[in-house]
Amino acid sequence: MESLKEILDRIYRETLESLSKASTQKEVNEIRVQALGKKGSLTQVLKQIGSLLESERREIGRKANQVKEELEKRIEEAFRRIEEKEREEAFLRERIDVTLPGRALILGRKHPLTQVLDEIVDIFDHLGFEVVEGPEIELDYYNFEALNIPKGHPAREMQATFFISDEVVLRTHTSPVQVRTMEKKRPPIRVICPGAVYRCDSDPTHSPMFHQVEGLLVDRGVTFADLKGVLTAFVHQMFGRDTKLRFRPSFFPFTEPSAEIDIECFICKGKGCGVCGYTGWLEILGSGMVDPAVYQFVNYDPEEVSGFAFGMGIERIAMLKFGINDIRLFFTNDLRFLRQF
Amino acid sequence: MKVSLNWLKDYVEIPMGIEELVYLLTMSGLEVEGVSSTGEGFNRIVVAEIESIRKHPNADRLSLVQVKTSDRTFSIVCGATNIREGQRVPLALVGARLPNGMEIKKSKIRGEISEGMLCSEIELGLGQDASGIMILDPRTPIGVNLAEALGLKDTILEISITPNRPDCLCVIGIAREIAALTHQRVRYPISTLPSEGEEIYRKTSVTLQDPELCPRYVARMIEGVRIGPSPFWIKDRLEKVGIRSINNVVDVTNYVMMEYGQPLHAFDFERLEEGRIVVRRATPGEEFITLDGVKRILDEEMLMICDGVKPVAIAGVMGGLNSEIQEDTKIVLLESAYFNPANNRQTSRKLGLETEAAYRFSRGIDYGSCLKVANRAAQLIQELAGGRVVEGALDAYPKPIADRLIDLNPKKVRHFLGMEIPNERIQLYLENLELQVDPSEENRWRVTIPSFRGDLEREVDLIEEVARLEGYEKIPSTLPKGPPSVREKKRNTFVEKKIYETLILHGYHEVISYSFTSPSSLDSIGLPTGDPRRNMVRILNPISEEASVMRTSLIPGLLEIARYNISRKNLNLKIFELRKVYFPKPEALLPDEVTYLAGLAMGMDREPHWAFPSRVIDFYDVKGCLEALFENLGIRGIQFIATEEVPYLHPGRASIILVGSESLGVLGEVHPQVLRHYEILGKAYLFEIQFDPLVAYAKEERKFHPLPKYPSVFRDLSIVVDDQLEVERIREAIYSLQEPLIHEVNLFDVYRGTPIPEGKKGLSFRIRYQAPDRTLTDEEVNHSIEKVLSHLREIFKAELRQ
Repeated sequence: MESLKEILDRIYRETLESLSKASTQKEVNEIRVQALGKKGSLTQVLKQIGSLLESERREIGRKANQVKEELEKRIEEAFRRIEEKEREEAFLRERIDVTLPGRALILGRKHPLTQVLDEIVDIFDHLGFEVVEGPEIELDYYNFEALNIPKGHPAREMQATFFISDEVVLRTHTSPVQVRTMEKKRPPIRVICPGAVYRCDSDPTHSPMFHQVEGLLVDRGVTFADLKGVLTAFVHQMFGRDTKLRFRPSFFPFTEPSAEIDIECFICKGKGCGVCGYTGWLEILGSGMVDPAVYQFVNYDPEEVSGFAFGMGIERIAMLKFGINDIRLFFTNDLRFLRQF
Repeated sequence: MKVSLNWLKDYVEIPMGIEELVYLLTMSGLEVEGVSSTGEGFNRIVVAEIESIRKHPNADRLSLVQVKTSDRTFSIVCGATNIREGQRVPLALVGARLPNGMEIKKSKIRGEISEGMLCSEIELGLGQDASGIMILDPRTPIGVNLAEALGLKDTILEISITPNRPDCLCVIGIAREIAALTHQRVRYPISTLPSEGEEIYRKTSVTLQDPELCPRYVARMIEGVRIGPSPFWIKDRLEKVGIRSINNVVDVTNYVMMEYGQPLHAFDFERLEEGRIVVRRATPGEEFITLDGVKRILDEEMLMICDGVKPVAIAGVMGGLNSEIQEDTKIVLLESAYFNPANNRQTSRKLGLETEAAYRFSRGIDYGSCLKVANRAAQLIQELAGGRVVEGALDAYPKPIADRLIDLNPKKVRHFLGMEIPNERIQLYLENLELQVDPSEENRWRVTIPSFRGDLEREVDLIEEVARLEGYEKIPSTLPKGPPSVREKKRNTFVEKKIYETLILHGYHEVISYSFTSPSSLDSIGLPTGDPRRNMVRILNPISEEASVMRTSLIPGLLEIARYNISRKNLNLKIFELRKVYFPKPEALLPDEVTYLAGLAMGMDREPHWAFPSRVIDFYDVKGCLEALFENLGIRGIQFIATEEVPYLHPGRASIILVGSESLGVLGEVHPQVLRHYEILGKAYLFEIQFDPLVAYAKEERKFHPLPKYPSVFRDLSIVVDDQLEVERIREAIYSLQEPLIHEVNLFDVYRGTPIPEGKKGLSFRIRYQAPDRTLTDEEVNHSIEKVLSHLREIFKAELRQ
């Protein structure tokens, strides 16, 4: 007859053996039930320990508990081993093709002109300029007269004008908003005025409708050096910190002195190319100190305040920035064009 | 304006290379837009002197010519008849290549050796004269390369002159700028003719009937001229700056105009009736034939130069055929005048005559130099066309214009420019520009402006001159002082931002189309005649009829863009435009400019995709986007109401969008008729919404609502109703019960077909119940659902779907 001790050894041995063969969690569980379940072989042994002699009980009891603990540990290990294995198999089974295209939202785009305009507005916003707007169909008075361009002034001819009536035109520039702003407000003034403007021109570089941003800063003691500072800051923000720029005397009837601002051609890096007309420079902004004649129209005292104005063409900047060679592309709205920006 | 470097050097030193000069001029305000060189390609063409001319032994029409250069003689066979011994002529040596491509080779012509060729102007590309060999000035050094001897090697600058600087529309003007920038004085041409004398008064007279329009008129007379071609040097200079040579007298007037900027006119004196000049306004309807042979109809605003009887020139614009210089002209009457710029501009514009003269007069010429310039031209005519300048000049100048005086505070210069610049330097710059400075009063210098600088009128104009000569690049860059400004937060900006955000997320591309359109665009979308949008702002001088009115709707533009894209196979489109339309306003000068948001969608909702079925875009795609927009704008209580009233929309698939009782816009499927007109196949959907009401109703502020403490309970309710019943009516009916526990009613299924009978549809709603203070019991919710159902039964005959 087999002693309890021998039985314990056998249970231990047999259980370990079947565990080593088990390959599923279910099998392991069955083995566990067989050994450690309510009716399991080890449980049976443990139940008999109470009826043993005092002298045997301690030794067998200790041994039985050792076996139990050890088996529990081994069974737990077996579970983990199989779980690991099953997980790995599952991972393999569940593998997906990560190169399949995702389910993207189909996004639209802002028009490239709006994008460039936003960028400009943003830069001037940081410089403390507020956006104001004015009418596109404008009085001759605001578009010309009050900007020191009386009837018969040669500058009127530089801007081929669409007329609605003798007194009303499609604004040829955003500058009339300067006058409207100063009529409504006293200095300090810091505004920019974006919007559509119109001239009777149509070819690859001229569109009968295009867009400008006008700027105006008027306060006490504003100097030409301030004009240079603000517009230099703008150019560096817009075109990059290292962009070379130059201020060059020019003429606008409503500013004196006037300055044209050129940036170094970023296509050829100033060496001269087709885009910059072999000059190495790109005209980007017109500007100047507000002419005292304009102050007269809005009842500002040029002895009290001074300021500067500037203006730029959005299309021109967008064309340079994106490398677009025909201005009409902006207005034909070909989806293949719009999607590129 | 084109200007020749060699010509400039007559008046000023140019102590620098071309590149540096271009930079200097550009940075002082005379923008050089182009540089070109002339006089290339004259290799092996030299100046030779004719020693002897013999007849060719074997050809009647040819001669044997011996010519010498500095080191040897050449035998040339020549066919020209205009040559004489002792003349200097261009000789193309063996190996030379003429501008017309002809290569010179040593050859035998009828048995005689020819070691080169004597050339005509046309063969050298130097003019149009093909009548004989080009005869050079006898002082031309022999043996020298022709290009060098004639000054053909030159650089032409193309300078853009701003409208405020008419004084720079001439060579001397540019020379003055260079002189000022390089601290030199201009070497003005010296004319030795005295202006005094009585003789001219006995021969003619000048009467100014309108001194307002002609403040000054100078006349000089040259008798006994012989009209003929000009010498090469003057033709060459004119041609280089783009002026065609006519004859010696006319060429002088043009030459001096290019030199001084003063347009001149030469009359054939013997063709002036009564031998006198009268300057007067034209009579209305008067006719006049200008030099170009065109008959012009005049009006009383136009100033005319007349003789004793009739007009002979349109003042400062163009002369007349009846008095022009002809081959037999003997006596020249030379005009050097100053005409009112604005009037001159008006006249040339009305007549559509933009001449070199009008270009200058309309910008203002140097009224102070009329006499000096007349003297210069008279002397040149005498030199070139022979004859004799009649003693004295007529100078009708009833109210001489005084030199302008401007006060300048040198401190103001520093304040305005924001830089330190010493008084001495300010004074130096002004004097370099030939301004006279009297600095005796410390803060009030008196500066006298020469008559050629009409643009300098105020202190600030002088400050600009100082800045220009100092160089803008030397002025520092600073930022304006003063506290940072706080900008008003704009509701417009918020709404715009939300519109862009929402539409772009829904796949819409922004488009921008022209604000002007064709009046017929409204026919294309079927607007009836009485529609207020038919009243459009009209452009008086449009580019074309297709762009002759300002749009009153964004819709035609969007359809046009759709048509354009479809023709380029971009078939799946979602586009929007956020721009202005323009409505004339009765009794106001300016129209109303109203911003609209409009969009168009058509085609498939996306390109074929492995994970999605592609779907044709329909009404509810567009509606969903708008619902998201209103949600984003915080606008509540939007209603979509079916309408049959929008002419360009399908009457069964169109909706107006209401908030309260106010209409924000419309949405719907494009009317098939309109689609056909735009050649759009399939279906397309449009919306058009006014921007301002969106701004008015948008709610930017968000307020936090505490999260519910107790869970919501959901109940689904499936009913069968009449197919024509609008779902929104059912939702309204449920809400109208004002059940306090019902928080949301959402439709999640619409079903037609078996087992639901024809003419009916099945609808499933999910209702969310919520109480603030407790977890709801089934009993409460069931009770409420019963109430809802019986209400729907009652008003819609709805049945519970089994």
